[in-house]
Amino acid sequence: MPSICLLFHVNKPRWLKHYTFFDIDHDHIYEDAERNLKNLHISSEKCYLPANSIMIDLIKRYKGDFRVAFSITGVLLDQFEKHRVDVLESFKRLADTGCVEFVNETYYHSLAYLYSVREFREQVMLHKKKIKSLFGQTPKTLRHTELIYNSALANYAEKMGYHVIVAEGADKVLGWRSPNYVYRPSGCKNLKLLLRNYRLSDDIAFHFSDPKWSEHPFLADKYANWIHSMNDTGDVINLFMNYETFGEHHPDKTGILDFLRLLPHEILTHPDFRFQTPVEIAGDYTPVDELDVEDYISWADAERDLDARLGNALQKDAIDALYGMESKVRHRKDAISLHTWRMLQASDHFFYMRTRGLAEGDMHKQFNPYGSPYDAYINYMNIIDDFSGYLGKKRSAIHYEKAD
Amino acid sequence: MFGWEFPPHVSGGLGTACFGITKALVSLGHKISFVIPKWPGEFLPSHVELISTPAIPVTVQDIDAMDIFAGLRVRLINSTLRPYLNKEEYERWQRRNSDLPSYEECWMETEGSQVLGTSGPYGPDLIAEVMRYARAAGVIAGNQSFDVIHAHDWMTVFAGLYAKEASGKPLVLHIHSLEFDRSGENVNQDIYYLERCGMMLCDHVIAVSNYTKNLIIKHYGIDPDKISVVHNAVSRDEAPRVYHWGKDPDNKIVLFLGRITFQKGPDYFVEAAAKVLKEFPEVTFVMAGAGDMMPRMIERVAELHIGKNFHFTGFLQETEVERIFSMSDMYVMPSVSEPFGISSLEAMVYDVPVIMSRQSGAAEILDHVLKVDFWDVDEIANKIIAILKHPSLVAEIVERSREQLRSVHWKKAAGKIVDVYRLVLH
Repeated sequence: MPSICLLFHVNKPRWLKHYTFFDIDHDHIYEDAERNLKNLHISSEKCYLPANSIMIDLIKRYKGDFRVAFSITGVLLDQFEKHRVDVLESFKRLADTGCVEFVNETYYHSLAYLYSVREFREQVMLHKKKIKSLFGQTPKTLRHTELIYNSALANYAEKMGYHVIVAEGADKVLGWRSPNYVYRPSGCKNLKLLLRNYRLSDDIAFHFSDPKWSEHPFLADKYANWIHSMNDTGDVINLFMNYETFGEHHPDKTGILDFLRLLPHEILTHPDFRFQTPVEIAGDYTPVDELDVEDYISWADAERDLDARLGNALQKDAIDALYGMESKVRHRKDAISLHTWRMLQASDHFFYMRTRGLAEGDMHKQFNPYGSPYDAYINYMNIIDDFSGYLGKKRSAIHYEKAD
Repeated sequence: MFGWEFPPHVSGGLGTACFGITKALVSLGHKISFVIPKWPGEFLPSHVELISTPAIPVTVQDIDAMDIFAGLRVRLINSTLRPYLNKEEYERWQRRNSDLPSYEECWMETEGSQVLGTSGPYGPDLIAEVMRYARAAGVIAGNQSFDVIHAHDWMTVFAGLYAKEASGKPLVLHIHSLEFDRSGENVNQDIYYLERCGMMLCDHVIAVSNYTKNLIIKHYGIDPDKISVVHNAVSRDEAPRVYHWGKDPDNKIVLFLGRITFQKGPDYFVEAAAKVLKEFPEVTFVMAGAGDMMPRMIERVAELHIGKNFHFTGFLQETEVERIFSMSDMYVMPSVSEPFGISSLEAMVYDVPVIMSRQSGAAEILDHVLKVDFWDVDEIANKIIAILKHPSLVAEIVERSREQLRSVHWKKAAGKIVDVYRLVLH
């Protein structure tokens, strides 16, 4: 009886404003607040509100047979609280159905684990607290930013008390094995590993609206047939994708919201299939095998490694500069400095600096504030320079306003 | 093929481009006769058959028979027009090349025919020369066998049209630069007219960038379907690395190289230099080239009190260009309107990071340069400073540029040109 596990990642990267060398020491506000608010409204109107409303309808209609998980960054939850209470309320209504699991991740969409385990831990704890206070759940599932994963991280997650960790079903670690089973991370006793079925996930997240795709137009019954054909070849089909897929990455006119509306019906026409959340799956299935993953994997690019974010000289220089500030930041013991430093940790800043595969990824281009990776780097480094100078100053000498 | 320049005499990108294009076309198996207004004595051995118009005998009947433009009124004015140079540059150029035959000396008489003097350097009335060149072209076209006529820029428009008239073969007009690029809104109406006339009457137009294509559509009213874009290229052997001048890490050099004219935006470079020098007083700025804005630029540099760090080299010869590129830490090209800008590719060949204006055709194909709007002096300064400050930025740009350069070669451009030939032949 295979389970479908839907996990939607919800995040709105916060754009930095155009910040030149001549702004250093003059301007300590780094974010483009106006633009970020605009982006938040766009996503709320196009995706969050309509998609949440569909989710609530589906959960009611299928009386608990439709279940779903969300992983919402802490910074976005803050934004909802400040500017879009309506969106937050709709997520709370989803939480109240009892059919929705909220998954734990870093508060600031950060790559901290790779540079500072202490910072990583603080951020996931912060996020956990936020989930608990908003949705009344204590998360038991961990999702690392960009689905970054290795066995060491899994062991750390087990120590932190998680039941499940999610990762990319990368071919290079699976080999002949299928992502459609529950695995045990090597070295772990209880923690279970769920692997994203990237083919089936990307059919929705990337290919859906591509008119050149051989399966276009893509309808829910066709998709459900594919999934049904995998009966007997797996226990669980993990469909992890960005929530903005629904209505924003693929606009409503592509039929994506109708696809979402119809999908549960089409899947549930087969009596062997059901929807479950990560924690439920972890409770129901025993791992078929142990998986040892030494090198980091992620859900980015064909290589499924860290190169999209930490592959080139720009990215390494920038992130080294950022984490090199940690002790200085902590030493100040002021909440604003810590918050600013954490905002600068967002994985997206480094993604914008990638220099390979610039010709591809049109979808990425659309959601990139910079014309080139070099612009992204220069902007970021100017900000780092200013922030570093700020950290060196006496607090009273700074007129700093918390950005939004 | 009709061109106004061919190496070793080059005043802009046109000669370099013609050289690269013809070389690649020949390597693809095509035969080219390249017609230029120069004396055969100046030629070096080449991959194309170079035909010199001054040596072509033109009879009076030839001239009369070719007058297909009877219905068009072309004003021949007595000013010194230039294809790319302005008046002062042109006169200086003439002085420097005083050993070349003068316009008058170019007139020769042989039995029963006149040899039309299209002198090497630009004559006192360039349009008149353009016409003489065109008539010679008509004669050449009547005597030679070929399939396609390929003409470069406005100076060869009449030549191309005459050749088309004389032979009935299709004409492809290749636009490397427009009067709109060179003069902003103060266009020379004669040249504009020639450009427009050529593009209307030819069979197909090749533009060196989408930027240029859009200008052609906007300002010349040419049907977009009649225009194909073929981006320029650079080849490494065109710029052999003779010079391995180690860069001095304690003396960073920021380079501007090009004609010091309105089109190239030298004033933005000077203003950006002043901003950078306020923060980094040890940097050296070099403005290489000559042009009508040079006196103003020198004055402005003095006004800003940055003369100590700002050098003017004047016009540089080929080898000096190589040397200055290899010494420089970055190349800045703040062109106001640049159809392509091959020099950006040349800088990349020397591992020099490039800051270029978005108003440049080459920016369309280059991912690993820093792009700015030419008027945004703060942003130009910001990016100069970034290159000065961050070695990892330089390393990444240089490495990726090397990769990208591998896919930018004349053979690719030639392949697209051949596609255009096929189009006009069917």
